[in-house]
Amino acid sequence: MKLKWWHIGLVISLAVACLSPLASASPDGLERVAEDYGFVALAQEAPFQVIADYVFPGIENEAVATILAGLIGTLVVFGAVYVFFRLLRSKTGGVSG
Amino acid sequence: MQVRTIEFYTERGLKMHIPDGFLNVTTVATTCVVSVGGVANAVRVVGKKLGEKNVPLMGVLAAFIFAAQMLNFPVLGGTSGHVIGAALAAILLGPWSAVLIMSCVLIAQSLIFQDGGLLALGANILNMGLIASFGAHYLYRLGILVLGDSRKSKLISGFIGAWSSVFLAAVACAIELAVSGVLPLGVVLPAMAGVHALIGVGEGLITSVVLSFVLATRSDLLQLQRI
Repeated sequence: MKLKWWHIGLVISLAVACLSPLASASPDGLERVAEDYGFVALAQEAPFQVIADYVFPGIENEAVATILAGLIGTLVVFGAVYVFFRLLRSKTGGVSG
Repeated sequence: MQVRTIEFYTERGLKMHIPDGFLNVTTVATTCVVSVGGVANAVRVVGKKLGEKNVPLMGVLAAFIFAAQMLNFPVLGGTSGHVIGAALAAILLGPWSAVLIMSCVLIAQSLIFQDGGLLALGANILNMGLIASFGAHYLYRLGILVLGDSRKSKLISGFIGAWSSVFLAAVACAIELAVSGVLPLGVVLPAMAGVHALIGVGEGLITSVVLSFVLATRSDLLQLQRI
């Protein structure tokens, strides 16, 4: 299969996902405001948990669990978007090129 | 499956889109209606003009944005930020395409990673999908109008567009919180605007850097029709 530029783009995205354990652990903007102003406790838990909070369940090493979550999410999002737009194009005809 | 408590999340201090529980019913309903309308229109507009070349680029952008959103960077003592990515998508592919890309990312984040509430998807898509994309788009275009079409002005305009997208999304979020009765607007608006003015700098820099990379390697991508 000929290497296309978007293959490279996808690989770059996966590489970025691998950096995720290095991310800052401090609370982000909204969470910080919520904590400082005392409304963070209003947050409700999700009714179901899959890969909650980007940590793949059942893996002891947190960094590995995070990377796995990142890789899965990156691929799933790529696949979903690709399929969605392919379908959209086939349904609406789109334009050539 | 391990059930994680809210303490777990706040201890880890990872990024947080609006969770369920912050916004009241009226705000949830209103933002959902607006978002559904916006996304439906995006599907209509993009469907008409979608070219074959755009499709893999959409996928790659969505993948990159998802991955990039995981990389929180510190902005202030004890506070971090993360990129939204809508600006990059809007500048490269146009605002309506960006709306769809961001919606996919946000939906995946909510459904699979429990980042952002299910009911709050309306607000999150409104803020980080619609407002961020169009804010970036218009401010980028304004920058090009004022500064010209050179490479340098594209990067500066990209920075301005990206910073604005974060700032505007944060303002929208503050308004939603205030309207939901979480905090008075006079308190939550400066708080959200302040921290996101800083986070926006990160978004601006990252967007310009990526834009610069694309300009250098695949500038033909910028000739793609932007929808």
